[in-house]
Amino acid sequence: MACSAAAKILHNPLLISSSRSAEKSDSCCKILGPSSFLGSTSLSKKLVSVNKGVSRASRRSANVVAVSSDVVKEKKLKSNSAAPSLLITKEEGLVLYEDMILGRVFEDMCAQMYYRGKMFGFVHLYNGQEAVSTGFIKLLKKEDCVVSTYRDHVHALSKGVPAREVMSELFGKTTGCCRGQGGSMHMFSKEHNVLGGFAFIGEGIPVATGAAFTSKYKREVLKEDCDEVTLAFFGDGTCNNGQFFECLNMAALWKLPIVFVVENNLWAIGMSHLRATSDPQIWKKGPAFGMPGVHVDGMDVLKVREVANEAIARARRGEGPTLVECETYRFRGHSLADPDELRDPAEKAHYATRDPITALKKYILENNLASEAELKAIEKKIDEVVEDAVEFADESPVPARSQLLENVFADPRGFGIGPDGKYRCEDPKFTEGTAQV
Amino acid sequence: MLGVLRRKVACKANGVSALGQGIRVVASRAFSSSGKEMTVREALNSALDEEMSADPKVFIMGEEVGEYQGAYKISKGLLEKYGPERVLDTPITEAGFAGIGVGAAYYGLRPVIEFMTFNFSMQAIDHIINSAAKSNYMSAGQISVPIVFRGPNGAAAGVGAQHSQCYAAWYGSCPGLKVLAPYSSEDARGLLKAAIRDPDPVVFLENELLYGESFPVSAEALDSSFCLPIGKAKIEREGKDVTITAFSKMVGYALQAAEILAKDGISAEVINLRSIRPLDRSTINASVRKTNRLVTVEEGFPQHGVGAEICASVLEDSFEYLDAAVERIAGADVPMPYAANLERMAVPQVEDIVRAAKRACYRSTPLAATA
Repeated sequence: MACSAAAKILHNPLLISSSRSAEKSDSCCKILGPSSFLGSTSLSKKLVSVNKGVSRASRRSANVVAVSSDVVKEKKLKSNSAAPSLLITKEEGLVLYEDMILGRVFEDMCAQMYYRGKMFGFVHLYNGQEAVSTGFIKLLKKEDCVVSTYRDHVHALSKGVPAREVMSELFGKTTGCCRGQGGSMHMFSKEHNVLGGFAFIGEGIPVATGAAFTSKYKREVLKEDCDEVTLAFFGDGTCNNGQFFECLNMAALWKLPIVFVVENNLWAIGMSHLRATSDPQIWKKGPAFGMPGVHVDGMDVLKVREVANEAIARARRGEGPTLVECETYRFRGHSLADPDELRDPAEKAHYATRDPITALKKYILENNLASEAELKAIEKKIDEVVEDAVEFADESPVPARSQLLENVFADPRGFGIGPDGKYRCEDPKFTEGTAQV
Repeated sequence: MLGVLRRKVACKANGVSALGQGIRVVASRAFSSSGKEMTVREALNSALDEEMSADPKVFIMGEEVGEYQGAYKISKGLLEKYGPERVLDTPITEAGFAGIGVGAAYYGLRPVIEFMTFNFSMQAIDHIINSAAKSNYMSAGQISVPIVFRGPNGAAAGVGAQHSQCYAAWYGSCPGLKVLAPYSSEDARGLLKAAIRDPDPVVFLENELLYGESFPVSAEALDSSFCLPIGKAKIEREGKDVTITAFSKMVGYALQAAEILAKDGISAEVINLRSIRPLDRSTINASVRKTNRLVTVEEGFPQHGVGAEICASVLEDSFEYLDAAVERIAGADVPMPYAANLERMAVPQVEDIVRAAKRACYRSTPLAATA
């Protein structure tokens, strides 16, 4: 059950987690004073008192979402679910489950395809971290932006980019979301507001801050009705990078509608977070810049969702940025080329027991939100979706030769003036791939 | 020499203050002026002003652009006119605010990011190249980046090695960027307006020593919709014996050199490149095919410089037309020294251009023992 995972955090032999959880709430409150931020104060209460089932449930039932059925309400009252999560309805639960299964199955298929030679270059898989992506992104509107790192397949999928397009992009085909020109590390989608996909760590953070800036500018200067929020996803290694601090400063200074989501999976390729960071508790860096810093169990999608909800609402209301540190883990190596020899097998085994998908499945079944058959149906559907994506990608054509020179500039006259005095892009041979540039 | 006089003046001015506005070094021009003169500073300021008033999505971000009125007073008066939401003073975080500008451009705004000098852009070069220049390509046209990075480039006066590098060659080699280097006020106005309206990332390399220089401007240039085409060079002075290409401050030097050469019977054609990327190869080649000799002039380091690229381009396209080897004049291959006399030696001077042109015309006199 999801809540027992919470209990495990407190008594976890890994020093980092237990000290983090205990201290976190105190510092947060001390530095910021009474905070209306739900995530910090209530989370601490929940972590400390795991089994106050009845009182919590009754409080929760007062916040029942209109959609839930009586059956669910009843079950909630009975369960001692001290899972610090919003009451999820059946529909929400199935959406979350489907999204996480999609992420997992897709990434596993990527590994298969890579070893079969269909995919190449650098491929970084997201197995194990699905709770963070699903927990946050499923709360966004289409106009909200997501900025990610090279580990971006699942962020793009959660935001709504079709699996077919992502798979084609990975195969380098012209039907990919970036027509094969971006690749694994550069997933962009204007339609779904996925602003990349960046190979350099820390590069996406200022870009995300800029998108949040635009949101605020549109509201205040252009007087448009705009409350779009931006999410910036990045890892623990990035939190030692200068750009991270520069952006925490400016986002807090200008109260930008952004949430900084740290996917702390404890490893930056082979460098352990504890070996690289003077103070490993990343959430603490938020209050240093004047924004709330929250730590959450990133292996539990319901907890992540609750914190995300509050952080995103805060940003939408114009109260400024939040730093959310999600403690998570990647089950595979840094990339498919990484032999992953430095991580302790015991650590991997421990986190495997905290698999977010298994946890959600258990929660759904134990609370009778859905039946085993329905979940199996979802899994089957996703299998089909991913296989269809692979077939589609396989059958898609590679980019034409003429595509090499396309899209360098939005205004193609940037290629300059040819020997005949006219703009090069007007030369008919330009797009045939035979013109001299 | 005029160049030396200007440098001494600029030294005292240390680049920031009204002194630059007070001194009007009027360079003599062969064409008739419409009567109105404008400094490069005023030209840039008016261009920014007009573009900001025409499009509310344009905003300026940089260090000291607001309350300080601009480190070199280029953004003077804009804060009062447009308010602090559109003229933003940033903390000293080049990587941060350049990236924020790129993110804003991704999502629909048109930022003008000012670097106090382009030397500081090295802290942000990851964003200029990786997230601005390459994005339209990586996203297959979905995300265009209508951003302008501007600021003074190249050597100033006595500012030392870390404040004097010319970045034309570095940015000019990167696909996805447009790189512009204006010389006169008309260039500055027209190219900056074109850059702000352009949907692609533009690196706009100004020159600190030119800010205070005054040039005549035509009535057409004063019009608020005046734009110069990006990628087109300008022939500043027609000639038939040797082609001299230059950009930014070196155009002034080249024009003076042309005057001196004219007295020796060599008619030099001076090309103001205006646009480093895309390079106007057709104009350069047409000129070389006419004169058969080429001298390239630039302020930056010689290896892999703009001159090297022009040289290669001319060899590829107009080899049979060359009557002499291409002469490259560039800055000295050393970090910029501080001492005034050493600095003078590290930057091309008018005499160097004259000598190179004469060498190209096989009319050089052997150097006497140098002073």
